[in-house]
Amino acid sequence: MALLWWVPAFAQEDLLSILDEEEEQQVEQAYATFKTTRIVNGQSVETNAGGVLNFIIGHRFGKINDGPYQFFGLDESTIRLGLEYGISDRIGIGIGRSSFQKTFDGSVKIKALAQNTGGTPVTVVIFSGIALNSLRWSDPERDNYYSSRLSYFHQLLIGRKFSSALSVQLTPTLIHRNLVPTMEDHNDVYALGAGARLKLTNRISLNGEYYYVFPGYNRPGLFNSAAIGFDIETGGHIFQLHFTNSKGMVENYFIAETNGDLAKGDVYFGFNINRVFQIVKNK
Amino acid sequence: MKQILFALFILTWYLPAEAQKFMTRTGHISFFSKAPLENIEAHNNQASGVFDRENGQLAFSVLMKGFTFEKALMQEHFNENYVESDKFPKATFKGEIKDFEQVNWKNGSAAKVKVEGDLTIHGVSKKIAVDGEISLQDGNLLARSTFPVRLSDYDIKIPKAVVNNIAEVVDVTVEFNMEPYIQ
Repeated sequence: MALLWWVPAFAQEDLLSILDEEEEQQVEQAYATFKTTRIVNGQSVETNAGGVLNFIIGHRFGKINDGPYQFFGLDESTIRLGLEYGISDRIGIGIGRSSFQKTFDGSVKIKALAQNTGGTPVTVVIFSGIALNSLRWSDPERDNYYSSRLSYFHQLLIGRKFSSALSVQLTPTLIHRNLVPTMEDHNDVYALGAGARLKLTNRISLNGEYYYVFPGYNRPGLFNSAAIGFDIETGGHIFQLHFTNSKGMVENYFIAETNGDLAKGDVYFGFNINRVFQIVKNK
Repeated sequence: MKQILFALFILTWYLPAEAQKFMTRTGHISFFSKAPLENIEAHNNQASGVFDRENGQLAFSVLMKGFTFEKALMQEHFNENYVESDKFPKATFKGEIKDFEQVNWKNGSAAKVKVEGDLTIHGVSKKIAVDGEISLQDGNLLARSTFPVRLSDYDIKIPKAVVNNIAEVVDVTVEFNMEPYIQ
């Protein structure tokens, strides 16, 4: 009769707990590691979703320490018009044109690995592009080669979303410029970029970025690019306000040709507007 | 001998006579928001639902990240800004069919029912009472309902900038085709 103790009682069962037991742990992919495809100057591991067209208007003004006569740099502005398109969630292309150095740029961005809860700790993206400087030759009588106008940039973007508030990225970079200004410049420049974003509210984040050029590759007078910015998201637009010591908005300019000296206060203010259109709908 | 018989008797408790519950993991939940500037529609085909035929109790659970939208940005904003699915991954409902003993649901045609219970979205639980219908078809239990959800009831904030893009009240439709479930 001691067996009676063993008789199970069918207590009133919580239906929701049945559903919880039955649910397999689904592998979730990290999303929205950064709010847009750029951290500040440089690329982020975010790609545009398939069928999405991202129109980016980038503004970079003059140096704030140019003083009140130049209205703290606002009188002088350069602009970059860019279009990015997500061919799929993992492959994107981009084109752009900057008024600075009258440069056209084209790029490809491929998400090779996506961070997820199933054992992939980082998102890895390959970013490659080409820049074409279309300024007229300073000395047309010389033997000028068309190829001298070209620069190439290759980056491996490695990023991780640590929490909904913090994401960090490392960006080993190679810049190749077919023609460089002086004998002291290197055609190939190696750099390591580091960037992070801190989400302050659901719609506002603080971003920081630094590109460390390996010793010997920056001739005197060139500095590492540093930037800090705010991303503000509204319905369909993302506004990015930033301060940086780099004047150009294309990789070969801001990584390999930054001449703003932070010690002297050479800081440029700029802002980007990103507008997203869903060209090919999901269903 | 008596002990063996007794043990066998106890064992019969474990043999189910007929499935007491119905369950599915592929339920369909969608919602629709109608606003002056745009309409928003999302679908989730992986909702879990369970129904107890003994007492008319039912429950469903759905992962917010499983809702798909036509526009990728809408999906991202839905998760990041509105329902904050990192903090509140699931929406759940736990309730029962009112006056279940009087509902005739076994004869193959849809029976109208009233369902009452707790709906939890974005971490906020509210008591709701909605109309729906259930029916038994090919051994499966079909349950469906369409009901309004006021977003502010669940602390889901709509910023002024997008007030003409997102309705204050959205229509939610749930459809479950549940199979007999034996634990």
